Amino acid sequence: MTLLDVHGLTVRTADGRTLVDDLTFRLDAGERLGLIGESGSGKSLTTLALLGLLPDGMRAEGSVELAGAQVVGATEKRLTAVRGRRAAVVFQEPLTALDPLMRVGRQIAEPLARRTGLKGRQLRAAVGEALDRVRLPEPGRIARAFPHEVSGGQRQRVALAMALACEPDLLIADEPTTALDVSVQAEVLDLLDTLVRERAMAVLFVSHDLAVVARIADRALVLKDGRAVEEGPVLDVIGAPTAEYTRTLVTGARKLEAALDLRSAR
Amino acid sequence: MTTTDVLDKAPAAAPVRGGRRRSATLLAGCTLTGLIALLALVSLVWLPYATDDTSGGRLAGPGGGHLLGTDKLGRDLFTQLMTGSRIALAAGLGSVLTAALIGVTLGVLAAFAQGWLDDTLAAFLDILIAFPTLLLAMLVVAARSATLGSAVLAIGLAQSAVVARLVRILVKRVLAQDYITAARTSGTSWPRTVAGHVLPNIWPTLVVNLALQFGLAVLAEAGLSYLGLGAPPPNASWGRMLQEAQATFTTAPAGALAPGVLLVLLVVGVNLIADGLRDTLDPATRQRRS
Repeated sequence: MTLLDVHGLTVRTADGRTLVDDLTFRLDAGERLGLIGESGSGKSLTTLALLGLLPDGMRAEGSVELAGAQVVGATEKRLTAVRGRRAAVVFQEPLTALDPLMRVGRQIAEPLARRTGLKGRQLRAAVGEALDRVRLPEPGRIARAFPHEVSGGQRQRVALAMALACEPDLLIADEPTTALDVSVQAEVLDLLDTLVRERAMAVLFVSHDLAVVARIADRALVLKDGRAVEEGPVLDVIGAPTAEYTRTLVTGARKLEAALDLRSAR
Repeated sequence: MTTTDVLDKAPAAAPVRGGRRRSATLLAGCTLTGLIALLALVSLVWLPYATDDTSGGRLAGPGGGHLLGTDKLGRDLFTQLMTGSRIALAAGLGSVLTAALIGVTLGVLAAFAQGWLDDTLAAFLDILIAFPTLLLAMLVVAARSATLGSAVLAIGLAQSAVVARLVRILVKRVLAQDYITAARTSGTSWPRTVAGHVLPNIWPTLVVNLALQFGLAVLAEAGLSYLGLGAPPPNASWGRMLQEAQATFTTAPAGALAPGVLLVLLVVGVNLIADGLRDTLDPATRQRRS
């Protein structure tokens, strides 16, 4: 079943610059697609366009069908109904992705209450469960903390719990581990992997890091300057890149890895 | 720990309150403002003399039945100060409420507006800000009449432009944050997003500004009354008391000093409150301090 069908998606600024150019891809239910590209390649804009959340002054053209509903040109009211139920987002910077003045528990309670209709004690219990599910220690303490009172890795888990609280069909993860330390990054990736697998959720994983994408995604789509340069199963893309740009990316990643091997061999 | 008390309680581990200096600021501000508020409250039920009682003799010095002496018409100064505190507080509250109501509404609208509407609103606010408050007040008073209501309306209008411009910038800044996008991706509607995330996040800055505006409004009302554009006689506004005592300042300085001192105390009081609020309302500063 096709969950997300993007056809000829183009994003332009008010002064006519094209930031995402004629992008076409599909995502089936339960499938994981990695969106690879360096900063400025239009990855994040693409994810925003998928949910009709482009910043002021930017316009999307083409077609984005999310679970059968057209997103491009849809009214705000219809979009609000689609968002959350169909797709949720985890952002790169967990500190700014959480409301600094709202206790963590309430931020998770909000989408949770909207989806389940729970109230009071039951809602609190559900929030505790949601925090427990993302392997946060002491869910009670974390729920009562403000975002700045918990660590970066914990914040990203909270953001993940918020996104999962909606039980979306599609989880859009926009560089979710980039702002984290490497060791924390691995933990969060593992967690994401497990949680998504348990729920047979589709994932659109946006990253500039090939290794991270290889770990999470089934298929990969490589973006350069807003255009798709290569698409295919993630192992093929990384193992035998056909596009010039992908080759550069892969070689670059391998060099880093080689340096690591060399150092540790000494 | 059970999950039942997960929400809405202060974290036990994090020291939320603390920092003696901060609470001292807030306490000092509240004390000063509270004293004047007390004066105003007492004046509602009890006054040393009737407001039109001129039995005290002209320009009597302090003491002898009149705590602060009398004015040039023989009215008790302390009585006038007490009723004046009502006017000062009413002017401050009324203006700030007017400014908040109009300013926040306009500011939020302006923040959401795009293109020509945004430009028009921004230009309108700039013009309103550039327009001197006193001149605006004179216009309003000329169009209506010299009452406390006119003065409050005029001051509130002038201040609403300042508040609106501040709110517009604050809201725009908050709207650019990821957590707004996150709230919207989870399917939160715009009204709910504004009420749940935008307003709480601009509130700490806004409330500090409103407290400052309160002080400015009290001063502006005093200024208008001094010019005869505030509450009409026989209402004793501090501003008019200053004006009336001006001619006799050398012979009976208490008449000018007393309202002046109270004016300063009230304005300093609300400014201290503003300072204290700024430090206590932001959880991030709260932690940095502790």
